[in-house]
Amino acid sequence: MSILVYIEQSEGKVKKTSLEAVSFANALAAKTGEGEVIAVALGTLDSGVLAGVGSAGAAKVLHVTDPRLSEGVIQAHASALAQAFSKVGAKTLVLAKSSLGDAVAARLSIKLGAGLVSNVVELPNISSGYQVKRSIFTGKAFAEASVSTENKILAVKKNAIDLKTDGAPAAVETFEVSLDASDFASKIISTERATGEVLLPEADIVVSGGRGMKGPENWGMLEELAKTLGAATGCSKPVSDIGWRPHHEHVGQTGIKVAPSLYIAIGISGAIQHLAGVNSSKNIVVINKDPEAPFFKAADYGIVGDAFEIVPKLTEALKAEL
Amino acid sequence: MKILVCITHVPDTTSKIQFTANNTKFDTTGVQFIIGPYDDYALARAVELRDQTSGTLTVLNVGEVETEPTLRKALAIGADDAIRVNSVPKDSFFVAKQIAHYAKEGGYDLILMGRESIDFNGGMVHGMVGELLGIPSFSPVMKLELEGTTVKMAREIEGGKEILEASLPLIAGCQEPIAEWKIPNMRGIMSARTKPLNVVEPVSQETQAEATSYQLPPAKGAVKLIDKDNVKELVRLLKNEAKVL
Repeated sequence: MSILVYIEQSEGKVKKTSLEAVSFANALAAKTGEGEVIAVALGTLDSGVLAGVGSAGAAKVLHVTDPRLSEGVIQAHASALAQAFSKVGAKTLVLAKSSLGDAVAARLSIKLGAGLVSNVVELPNISSGYQVKRSIFTGKAFAEASVSTENKILAVKKNAIDLKTDGAPAAVETFEVSLDASDFASKIISTERATGEVLLPEADIVVSGGRGMKGPENWGMLEELAKTLGAATGCSKPVSDIGWRPHHEHVGQTGIKVAPSLYIAIGISGAIQHLAGVNSSKNIVVINKDPEAPFFKAADYGIVGDAFEIVPKLTEALKAEL
Repeated sequence: MKILVCITHVPDTTSKIQFTANNTKFDTTGVQFIIGPYDDYALARAVELRDQTSGTLTVLNVGEVETEPTLRKALAIGADDAIRVNSVPKDSFFVAKQIAHYAKEGGYDLILMGRESIDFNGGMVHGMVGELLGIPSFSPVMKLELEGTTVKMAREIEGGKEILEASLPLIAGCQEPIAEWKIPNMRGIMSARTKPLNVVEPVSQETQAEATSYQLPPAKGAVKLIDKDNVKELVRLLKNEAKVL
């Protein structure tokens, strides 16, 4: 027996959240006695990179090399994973919650008759039944979901488990799947992606700006701070609505939900819709000139003052320290 | 062109989240319910597409009688008729089964809904319905244009977007900026009262991952304020106390 993990790629590397999913599966297998962890990688990827997935806890990587799968073709990914699942004889599939992962996992759950739990925040409780703790209400509460099916799919939220880094290299095997025209019924025309940047949903540190930044021309100091920290940049909804920053940087209830170790909010008042996108962060720093800004109530650390003075000073202090 | 929009009936984004009955039920006391914000985007785009194609627009919700005002609001925004599947939405699979059944019965060309509900945030129902019906599913879709039976979409991916094309029928989980939210006008509100709202029974009771209990996160401690002339102290705290640097 074994647990299958769907791993996603970004710019030729395995995404960090996917590696977390591998570590989650590794700990789950130890708990349930489901044997080894087998990762499934789709599309063109370097076999050395795939062997590296072993460090996170995978014994083996099944590599479907069909280059058409390098793109996130939802139907085809679901079909390939379903074939791997039955070939291996797995009962459980683990993946990282993401925009592609959600879309693929949902179709897969029907194909496999597998109960699916999304936004999983810790290992299941198997002492009686199969109870899975998941985040709901955009991080404002948790639910225990009781999975009643034999096959199971768990979509794991970022930071649900510490990443394992000491595993041995994984054995990489090529895996053949049969895909037909209906798997490729949709056609990806083009992909527009910011390259070389830290991806917001993956980032361990996020620096976000709001309307208090007064205009897009002032984002240089945020980017400088983000670069110093190796952080991704985000923004509030009003800022993406007026077009100061691209939509994929919008953090909040109807944007990206982030769960970094450190979230730094600059010139964001902290409307409840914004807080919904950041309340899974481990630490929150708020810099705002208004001491009454609601964000301070949700923050761990705060500085009341002018961002235009504080941010450059903070960057300098960090450069001296790091 | 027949369009189906599936909507959720969810607490307003500013609601205080609390539970009752020994943490097994959501406490609705003082809570205002709305059309899910993502579903509202889907609905707004569907109204535009219905007008563009001179088609019909049906709105569906899986819920008990208290969700009818939410369905009436969707009718006021512009849907032609409504279907309420008379049951508590037990889990994503349960809801997907109901939608797939009534969507098949209605023979819709395009099915839209929000990328996820804002109560359970699963984001799974559209994909499940797509697989149950054997049609392509896409999410999160931020742009959707119709050219005959060809659908041109933009799907958000980490750090950017993907431009893609597919043919009807298909299903999409939507998000901004697919359309601007529409506010019902007086004529819409008046006409919504007389538009058909059909109540149907669930076709299956099967569930796979039902929530059995709830809990709130531990309360947050007070913020530690640092003087604006002492940013070095913040760096020290982040390094030594929070240990995030």
